[in-house]
Amino acid sequence: MIAAGNPAVSTTAARPSGGGRRLPLTWLGVIPFFIYVGVFLVLPSLIIAVGAFGAKDGSFTLTNFTEIKEPYLVKSFVNSFLLSLNSALIGAVGGALLAYAVATGNPRGILRRIVTSASGVLAQFGGVTLAFAFIATIGNVGFLTVFLKNHGIDIYANSAPLYELSGLTIVYAYFQIPLMLLVFLPAVDGIRPQWREATESLGGGTWHYWRYVAGPLLLPSFLGCTLLLFANAFSAYATAAAIITQGGIIVPLQISNLFTSETGRAIPGLAKALALSMILIVTIVMVLYTVLQRRTSRWLR
Amino acid sequence: MNWRHRIRGLGLVLVTLLVVAACGGSSNNGTASCGASAKSASDCGGMQALIDAAKKEGQLNVIALPPDWANYGAIISGFTAKYGIKVNSANPNGSSQQEVDAINQLAGTSSAPDVVDVGMKVALANVTLFAPYQVATWNDILAGQKESTGLWVQDYGGFMGIGYDSSKVPAITSVQDLLGSGFKGKVALAGDPTQSNQALNGVILAAVANGGSLDDVSKGVDFFHQLKQKGNFVPVIGTAATVKSGQTPVLFEWDYLSTSHGKDVSGWKIFVPSNATIGGYYAQAINKQAPHPAAARLWEEYLYSDEGQNLWLKGGARPVRQAAMTTAGTIDAAAAAALPPVTGTPLFPTQDQQTAAGTYVAAHWSAAIG
Repeated sequence: MIAAGNPAVSTTAARPSGGGRRLPLTWLGVIPFFIYVGVFLVLPSLIIAVGAFGAKDGSFTLTNFTEIKEPYLVKSFVNSFLLSLNSALIGAVGGALLAYAVATGNPRGILRRIVTSASGVLAQFGGVTLAFAFIATIGNVGFLTVFLKNHGIDIYANSAPLYELSGLTIVYAYFQIPLMLLVFLPAVDGIRPQWREATESLGGGTWHYWRYVAGPLLLPSFLGCTLLLFANAFSAYATAAAIITQGGIIVPLQISNLFTSETGRAIPGLAKALALSMILIVTIVMVLYTVLQRRTSRWLR
Repeated sequence: MNWRHRIRGLGLVLVTLLVVAACGGSSNNGTASCGASAKSASDCGGMQALIDAAKKEGQLNVIALPPDWANYGAIISGFTAKYGIKVNSANPNGSSQQEVDAINQLAGTSSAPDVVDVGMKVALANVTLFAPYQVATWNDILAGQKESTGLWVQDYGGFMGIGYDSSKVPAITSVQDLLGSGFKGKVALAGDPTQSNQALNGVILAAVANGGSLDDVSKGVDFFHQLKQKGNFVPVIGTAATVKSGQTPVLFEWDYLSTSHGKDVSGWKIFVPSNATIGGYYAQAINKQAPHPAAARLWEEYLYSDEGQNLWLKGGARPVRQAAMTTAGTIDAAAAAALPPVTGTPLFPTQDQQTAAGTYVAAHWSAAIG
């Protein structure tokens, strides 16, 4: 898991209020942050952007980008896209229902406290630990697999479900659903009970309320959060790397292969071209997310 | 090599760099009389002079030698016991590439590797880093298995085999057996063939056994595609841990590595197909800038002596002088008899063939098993 999920938490940061024309000294406080971002985000991005146009001997070339058309790389992009989309949709629907259940419950109740704090933990539960949990449970000799096999059900009869795209989708849902709850709950909380009462006093039923009031208010936030989940899954690496050890079926794994191959397939330029493509896709998704989030915040404050 | 090892390797390199920085260039120079220019023991004034010079240096730096790999644990302790020279073993789980990286990064320091044991691809790509040296038993080694001046010399090797847990699957008598229903969810490779040479050789084996050749690896990719369609292929990289836990009861692997699973799985057997006997050798080389040049040369003499060769043999690896030692009667007959039987004519893929195979597999592997 990389930091793609984190910007969501801080989108409501207020504009600096007041302040004179001179550059205030408070800027000094954020210098460490900018150094951090510069060293760990801007610099690597620049290295990737430059390297993507470099041949093995360092000369300028565009072949890295023409080579992305190779069917096996195109397939990995399609796989990455499907994986991110499916896990985002599962996460969005599951997380939204959960958020609604929590929001309509007692605001100080034990349910809400347990669900939100558990989500805070589980949304960050990715990587090797998560992969291990699934391998030990439903891997080909996982305890559940063996238990079912002893009772006549062989889930590995015709395929290896955990080690394929479908399995990875389920594993990703494990951190996508809690993340959705965390980012979508503020929007659901913003819906005021008075609006429902107003709808009813005007003669509207449940359908009217959802169709004309709550639905349109929540939709931009819902779509925005779904995009965030998409970006989160699209950029995840460690979980997939620990589960899918053969074939590099998604883009991050292909990038890793292209850096480390000892069979003559170590092509850093191509790997960087793939990485640059991923950066572009995530940037587009995150811009859309920001637009939708701004729309949401007009009503739900 | 999987990513966890890589991360561990990186950590070790970092730690090593820190240690080196802390030690601050306290590099000790080898003795002048038997230094980096010696091309054989006679250049030093005979074997005894070499031994004396090596003892004076007192240390030897080796890298990426796992104790359970081809019996290196016993070889290292045997060398120390015989000559009283301390062996510093760095990054035992490193890869060939990391060995060469260490030569470059630690150049000029006392912790640089003196000798390396690398795959042929890495050996050929880095000859400029090595010093030529001819061991006393030089003439026993076939011309095709050494660089003519001794920049690198193949040391031990083996054949691609299919190891299997005979208590879980039927006995294997041909590669095609693996398509049978008894192998559902059981067959694995010891790496991703787009990344690992060992796994690539597994695919080459499957190609040759299915009517392909060293130049046509497509039949091997097709074979794994069939395995995948029948649900027999496990997309898990086989290691000692997965063999022990039972995740990969059938594993394509070099026979001398597969042998070691016998201690975890009592019914472990190795099948080397007679119609696809794919061989591969590792090579020794001495770092041109070795901090302990005499000890490095003595280490080579030890490895290529009857004693060193027999130690490899005990680890299930086939030492490069095996044929000559068999003729001379100096081979460890019991260890030789314990090797998996090989009846076919060995095939050794050339570097060009490996590269071509790697390119084909990279383009078709994910589609075949995805």
